[in-house]
Amino acid sequence: MTRHIRHAAAFCALLLVALLANALRVQVVQSEAYDDNPANRRETIARYAQPRGDILVDGVPVTGSRDTGEQLRYERTYRDGPLYAPVTGFASQVYGTTFLEHAGDDVLSGADPLLSPFPLWNDVTHGRPAGGNVVTTLNRRAQQAAYEGLGGRKGAVAAVEPSTGRVLALVSSPSYDPAVLSGNDAAAERAWVRLNGDPDKPMLNRAARQTYPPGSTFKVVTAAAALDAGVITDLDAATDSPAPYRLPGTTTGLTNEGPGCEDAPLRDAFVWSCNTVFAKLGVDTGLARMTRTAQAFGFNDVNVRIPFAVAPSTFDTSLDRAQLALSSIGQFNTRATPLQMAMVSAAVADGGQVRTPYLVERTTRQGGATVATAGSRPSHQAMAPSTARLMRELMVDVVREGTGTNAAIPGAVVGGKTGTAQHGLGNAGIPYAWFVSWARGERDMEPRVAVAVVVEDGSARRGDITGGGMAAPIARAVMEAVLTS
Amino acid sequence: MAAADAPAPAALLPRRRGIELSLIVLAVLLSVYGYCAVGLAKDGTVPPGAAGYGAGLGVLALLAHLAVRLRAPCADPLLLPIAVLLNGMGLVLIYRLDLETPGDRAAPTQLVWSTLGVALFILVVAALRDHRLLQRYAYVCVVAALALLALPILFPAVNGARIWIRIAGFSIQPGEFAKVLLAVFFAAYLAANRTALAYAGRKIWRFERLQLPTGRVLGPIVTIWLLSVGVLVLERDLGTSLLFFGLFVVMLYVATGRTGWIAVGLLLASLGAVAVGRLEPHVHSRVEDWLHPFATIEAGEGPNQLAQSLFSFAAGGMSGTGLGLGHSVLIGFAAKSDFILATAGEELGLLGLSALFLLYGLLVERGYRAGLSLRDPFGRLLATGLASIVALQVFVIAGGVTGLIPLTGMAMPFLAQGGSSVVTNWAIVALLIRVSDSARRPRHAPQDAPLDAPRPTPHGTLPDPLRDEDPRRPG
Repeated sequence: MTRHIRHAAAFCALLLVALLANALRVQVVQSEAYDDNPANRRETIARYAQPRGDILVDGVPVTGSRDTGEQLRYERTYRDGPLYAPVTGFASQVYGTTFLEHAGDDVLSGADPLLSPFPLWNDVTHGRPAGGNVVTTLNRRAQQAAYEGLGGRKGAVAAVEPSTGRVLALVSSPSYDPAVLSGNDAAAERAWVRLNGDPDKPMLNRAARQTYPPGSTFKVVTAAAALDAGVITDLDAATDSPAPYRLPGTTTGLTNEGPGCEDAPLRDAFVWSCNTVFAKLGVDTGLARMTRTAQAFGFNDVNVRIPFAVAPSTFDTSLDRAQLALSSIGQFNTRATPLQMAMVSAAVADGGQVRTPYLVERTTRQGGATVATAGSRPSHQAMAPSTARLMRELMVDVVREGTGTNAAIPGAVVGGKTGTAQHGLGNAGIPYAWFVSWARGERDMEPRVAVAVVVEDGSARRGDITGGGMAAPIARAVMEAVLTS
Repeated sequence: MAAADAPAPAALLPRRRGIELSLIVLAVLLSVYGYCAVGLAKDGTVPPGAAGYGAGLGVLALLAHLAVRLRAPCADPLLLPIAVLLNGMGLVLIYRLDLETPGDRAAPTQLVWSTLGVALFILVVAALRDHRLLQRYAYVCVVAALALLALPILFPAVNGARIWIRIAGFSIQPGEFAKVLLAVFFAAYLAANRTALAYAGRKIWRFERLQLPTGRVLGPIVTIWLLSVGVLVLERDLGTSLLFFGLFVVMLYVATGRTGWIAVGLLLASLGAVAVGRLEPHVHSRVEDWLHPFATIEAGEGPNQLAQSLFSFAAGGMSGTGLGLGHSVLIGFAAKSDFILATAGEELGLLGLSALFLLYGLLVERGYRAGLSLRDPFGRLLATGLASIVALQVFVIAGGVTGLIPLTGMAMPFLAQGGSSVVTNWAIVALLIRVSDSARRPRHAPQDAPLDAPRPTPHGTLPDPLRDEDPRRPG
């Protein structure tokens, strides 16, 4: 019997070995696969187990976290939610994250390995570090000025610092409070349905994710291309421009809003926004050079990230001459985000340099220690410095005596360009009012801010919609906010 | 493996009661430490009941120790500390899960049941002077066991299995008690009939080894087995069915030494498994879950219990998340009972889980050792049977929740929430203490004197197959 008891004991030992080996398989060998299974809620629970890091504007958090005591413990809160929504996006327990909440998620949620003091530290402690902060480049007052300037009208404002590419304001209107999406309750679900069904699309980031026909503001690009190409050498020399201008190869005649454009020199044509002159100028410059300049300004670049993706602005590269003529005045297939037009204006202000825009100055640990900085951003020449100088002259004239006088700031040098963009089938839509500009304060060495404003106001009467009338005052308020801060 | 059937050496073994006491103190301290660790992790403070809990467990353990010291002074010194530690850890894990399930306070109830279990332990150790007394009550045991097994059929099914009875708010699982009674019966019956079972009967095939005993010998035991299996099929409880069948086969093998029994056992087991798996939807779904633990996830219905359990174990990794810091509560309603091991796996990690497995392994090993050291076949079979119950039960449930074998609803000995289970396991440990006391007692000590119970066949007079040693060896 002894032998058989021993056999039975050996059998039990075998069972024990099987259990141990299987535990090793589940807990070590295959644990990663189990951990990564999307149905495993542990990652989600850990993610919300601690307060999320904050997004800072001028050193002040515009976000917060609220302890709910639920399984997913912390919910996102927002200070001035609608004001910063196009920057922060939302962080919802159900619907995920967008914009900076999304792009900075690893840092904010504490998952970024850079947040831990030592490599492998978290593997040892099984903890995750406190969420880090994302410090934005935004200027609080500029952001507020833009938001208040739009006053709930549909539209967007983008402002950048020409010498660096820092985004100073990014506003979209109408907006929404991202806090309503934070939780995972029925209220969040209702808010989600309501916001998505809203015809005004409050969750659309019009400043960075929506493209508009830039209209006359695109004439900045056309003028720069013409000057760079030597098509125009003297701003004040008369051009050979008929008005109305028959689009090449068609019988369609292009007209102007005002008189005095026939054979107008570039300066006058720019200041009074003559469509005929610029349509012909684009054709004279040619598709290749127009394309090269537009792309140098950032058009057709599908990889712009600030750090969230920006909708690519487009300049069609296969056009006949009539289409090129229309494209040169910012119509036909030409489309631009407000941010892109702010970059165009910034390039003029900064001697022709285009700086890649960015919204995150640096990321920090909870205590404030820097994790990563924006670093040096690539820049490239969109036009010759001499061209940029002439363009500044033209833009200053627009504000001093042309269509953009509403943007003038006493004691500051301001350059601008208005635009009233036709759109819709047969241009039936209510036009968009544009204004792009830059400003240099009295004591500044170089321009401090470049702004693009677009107002798409369905409520206004068509005749009232002009860039100078509706958009320029908003741009001025933003520029003033930056210059005085 | 030419080990003699001879029992332990006659020399006086050290009793080692002092070591037992130190180990018990260590076990209680470890449990209290775990309790405090849970509180610190969850609330940042030592839980208010820590002192009371430690005192309660300590008093229980000391009383048990006193009983052993007075009535079983030669017993194995490891058995009781292991039981105390496992029970203590079980209370910690249940308390820890209580914190996540508001409105459900299972730990105090478990402490009450543990107290009952220790009381039964003390009663058995004190009242049962010699395990051989049990031999007389073999048929009483089997009748009681079958009655207990049959009882739940009269009650409504709970979670698909008909193994509980509910009286006045308490739910009892009679099958838990039945397994000890059946082990006693098998031991007594096989001890009395092992010669006939091993030796008599006709050969089948050409193999000398594969011999079937006569129907007269085999009849009663097969009848009882069929009855128990029949009852279990009615109760839809694959786990207990497997346990009883495995116990039966192991004890039959140990008693008769017939490898043929293993073959027949495995054959019957596979046939039974296939038949039950086909016919019984409850069991069939368990097998399906085992083969495809993530099927419900792919079907978009979320993870099932087994998947959640695997997630828990995986989350623990090597060293665990720490007590109180895991999320095994996601498993759902059986987290404190069937799946209690997942909490251990997640919060104590592979290291803690392995330690638990090794504790069980040690408990089983000490049981087998007692069996090896005893001289009477009944005691040997009883010790083997009791140790096998623990071994099989741990394997079936631990293998189930870690995805090694299909899941069967069973209670992890001492660890899981469940009164019947805790009480039964204390009874098993009490019986092991009793047999180990006999095994380690000096041969001519007074209690080893012949009782009026039928003595086992004197060693050395058995015919060849039942003797492990060479018959020519001088005895």
